Amino acid sequence: MSPLRKVRDWLDERLQWDDLIAPLREKTVPLHRLSYWYFLGGISLFLFVIQVLTGILLLLYYRPGANEAFESVQYIMTRVQFGWLIRSIHSWSANLMIFTVFAHMFSVLFLKAYRKPRELTWVSGVLLLFLVMGFGFSGYLLPWNTLAFFATKVGTEITGQVPIVGKPMMIFLRGGEDVTGATLTRFFGFHVAVLPGIATVLLLLHLLLVQRLGMSIPPKLEVQWTANPAAKREMKFLPNFLLRELMAWYLALGVLGALAAVFPWNLGVKADPFVSAPAGIKPEWYFLFMFQTLKLIPSKVWFIDGEILGVLAFGLVALLWLLLPFLESDQPSHMKRWITGLAVFALAYTVGMSVYGYLAK
Amino acid sequence: MAILRNKLRLFRAARYVGLAGFVVLAACLGYGQTTNSCLDCHSALPDPLGVTQEKFSQDIHAQKGLTCASCHGGDPTSDDPDNAMSRKAGWKGKIDHKQIPALCGSCHSDPAYIRQFNPSLRTDQLGQYRTSVHGKRFAAGDTKVAVCTDCHGVHDLRAPSDPRSTVNPVNVANTCARCHADASYMKGYSIPTDQFAKYNTSVHHQALTVRGDLSAPTCSTCHGNHGAVPPGIDKVQNVCSNCHAFQAQMYEKSTHKKAFEAASLPGCVVCHGNHGIRHPTDAYLGTGPDAVCMRCHTPGDPCDQARAELLYSLGQLDEANKTADQVLRVAESSGMEVSEARLGQDQARDSLTKARVTIHSFRTDLVDQDIQAGLKIAAMNLHAGKAAMVERNYRRFGLGISLIAIGMVLAGLRLYIKKIET
Amino acid sequence: MTVDQLSQPEPTRRRVIGFFLGGGLLASLASFIYPVLRYLVPPAVADLGGDEIVAAKLTELKLNSGKIFRFGNRPGLLIRTASGEYRAMSATCTHLSCTVQYRDDLRQVWCACHNGKYDLNGRNISGPPPRPLEGFEVQVRGDEIFVRRRREA
Repeated sequence: MSPLRKVRDWLDERLQWDDLIAPLREKTVPLHRLSYWYFLGGISLFLFVIQVLTGILLLLYYRPGANEAFESVQYIMTRVQFGWLIRSIHSWSANLMIFTVFAHMFSVLFLKAYRKPRELTWVSGVLLLFLVMGFGFSGYLLPWNTLAFFATKVGTEITGQVPIVGKPMMIFLRGGEDVTGATLTRFFGFHVAVLPGIATVLLLLHLLLVQRLGMSIPPKLEVQWTANPAAKREMKFLPNFLLRELMAWYLALGVLGALAAVFPWNLGVKADPFVSAPAGIKPEWYFLFMFQTLKLIPSKVWFIDGEILGVLAFGLVALLWLLLPFLESDQPSHMKRWITGLAVFALAYTVGMSVYGYLAK
Repeated sequence: MAILRNKLRLFRAARYVGLAGFVVLAACLGYGQTTNSCLDCHSALPDPLGVTQEKFSQDIHAQKGLTCASCHGGDPTSDDPDNAMSRKAGWKGKIDHKQIPALCGSCHSDPAYIRQFNPSLRTDQLGQYRTSVHGKRFAAGDTKVAVCTDCHGVHDLRAPSDPRSTVNPVNVANTCARCHADASYMKGYSIPTDQFAKYNTSVHHQALTVRGDLSAPTCSTCHGNHGAVPPGIDKVQNVCSNCHAFQAQMYEKSTHKKAFEAASLPGCVVCHGNHGIRHPTDAYLGTGPDAVCMRCHTPGDPCDQARAELLYSLGQLDEANKTADQVLRVAESSGMEVSEARLGQDQARDSLTKARVTIHSFRTDLVDQDIQAGLKIAAMNLHAGKAAMVERNYRRFGLGISLIAIGMVLAGLRLYIKKIET
Repeated sequence: MTVDQLSQPEPTRRRVIGFFLGGGLLASLASFIYPVLRYLVPPAVADLGGDEIVAAKLTELKLNSGKIFRFGNRPGLLIRTASGEYRAMSATCTHLSCTVQYRDDLRQVWCACHNGKYDLNGRNISGPPPRPLEGFEVQVRGDEIFVRRRREA
């Protein structure tokens, strides 16, 4: 018996996991023209794990607090061996992850994988998307440079625009009326404790549901295959699909390393609350579409303040997104087409507004 | 009837009380406002008799409670022009140009009087004026020279600290230029009229007007204001040394000081000019059109050789700085952290600045000291920049290795998948 | 394909796969683990953060002398007055950003560029400088002199 086999048997006798993993051995992945989109979920998970690992390493040297944060990141970048690598990977992976989860969400939307019985998978996924944006927003402030400081100021200011609950929410986020060292401490707490805790729970739920419910098949194909089971083409998850996923993950690792080495993340200038905001301050690219929308809304629409309208509109859209699976019937009908139309519009809008926001002064 | 009469008396009494009350009220309303009836008419008159309330309210004298009568005499409380402008009331009419300094001085040279308004205001302006070129010519009967109102304005005279004042540092040159840049006005006087034009090309003008640095010199800084006299040839250096102390110290100990004094040459002005002082360049030490040394020295003599040496040293350090800066810039844009070396370059640049100041000693050994110090620092920073580039290449090499390893894994996985699926 | 060709490629193919996969995995994992292990070792220079640094040792400065030290990204000036007190302030002149120095003959801080002068508290007292020099806190711990930025209220 090979040593690997012996170890496996020893563990199985004590953990009794063989029958737990058994379903995983049976799991199959449908093969069709659009199967490649199935990789996105796994890549998102992989990048999240990278974030956790590099994040823990950064925690060994990072110091939260207005007087030390910037200097500790500078220390990591210049004095710590390979600190530049760990920090740059963390920053690049963050951006790549946000891009990937958006792509994952859109692919699920277009492939209609949110339909019954996978509604809860979708809901947990959208909540994870919001959490990931929260990770990005809170993490961005931690180096305490000028851009981050003012981006946070503008971002939390906009939150304060929500009627009734906005102001208390803003004070809660900022740890006071203004963005100060207290905000930094708070964001640090969110970023390393609160958000990871919630995200882990939701992620486990999300993964469990995916494993239990299996991979979804596009509706038209589903109809075809139910009519003609012989036409069904699948691949075993273990080991075939997993091996391919490993390839994708290794490729992602290579891309990350290249980005980190050739384009290390820059430090910026230490934040100074008394200096006025640099002209043309913009949030990070993943918030640009919202930011640009708010800029384009006229200052007064009817009798409602433009910015408040914008914030409320986004809130409404977020709610709509969360409950999307429940808004559509199970039967192939006209209903499905308006969601596809909405999906196309949403994609075009997000991309278009992001580009516009990037190019605008 | 008696009751009615009593009531009538009451009514009459009430009327007087009412009138008195009204007068008191009017007086109360008018309290604090010095009556200046002159403006009632003169605000509507055309120039040169016109002074509007708006204009006069800007005047610092008006703000301190003085009226037209304070200078012109007369009775400002009367509405009747004959009473207001009566000789008996002391009316002087239009003040003659010749009487202006004495008139202003009647208050402004009186410390006891000025103390009531601003105890720290100087009261020596008239005395200083009398020592100035303007004052001396004025005493000799010249009516074209400036008197108080020519510079300070009149009727809307503002404090010098007010940025709109004609004698605020940012405006002084414009005020002087009103006469001194007017060639036709200055005909008959033996001084040039190009000072203002030259000053506007100068580095001092740049600092004052463009950068807003109020410590930068304008006409009055070097010439004085009330006691305005061009500094004597042997005193120029003292004026410049008020700010440029280091250069003056160097020059003081140099061979040039004795030589220039002996030849009655005006020190700093010989090389730097007086009004159109530009930012000096290393070309001053060269042999081209900007060269100042070669205006006097003969090519080939020991001084020319020293000059060449000085120029060479400065050039050396400048080049070293530029090279180090270049390498650091490339390193930084490649993502390397070189902020410490960048800071160190500030010191190297400081050394070059110091060397350029030490030039004024005209001693190659002293300049060389500063240059060598600077070269050492620049070399250190260049080394740091190069080390950063080495590190950068090492990183890329390491990346290359790991990418090859990753490539191998990808290839291996591909082959393995192919194997188990056939 | 002949029977020979079918049976022969197997061991070679397995070896090739083994080489790529095994070797590649080993190499790539090494290239990940190596930086992480180096990262975990704390560097020799324990930076106390830009908030506080050791400006000098106790015996370094004579009475009535000054020293320029690096504080964050800008120079700082540490002065030991004639009476033995320590003062620390920014060394960047508020006029045109030259580096100031301590003049033991004047007992003042002096800027060589345009003859600007500051007193021992950093207040601008003569010449072009428009603003005082930012002051720092000094703390003597053991035989080291620590300079720290003033904490915001």
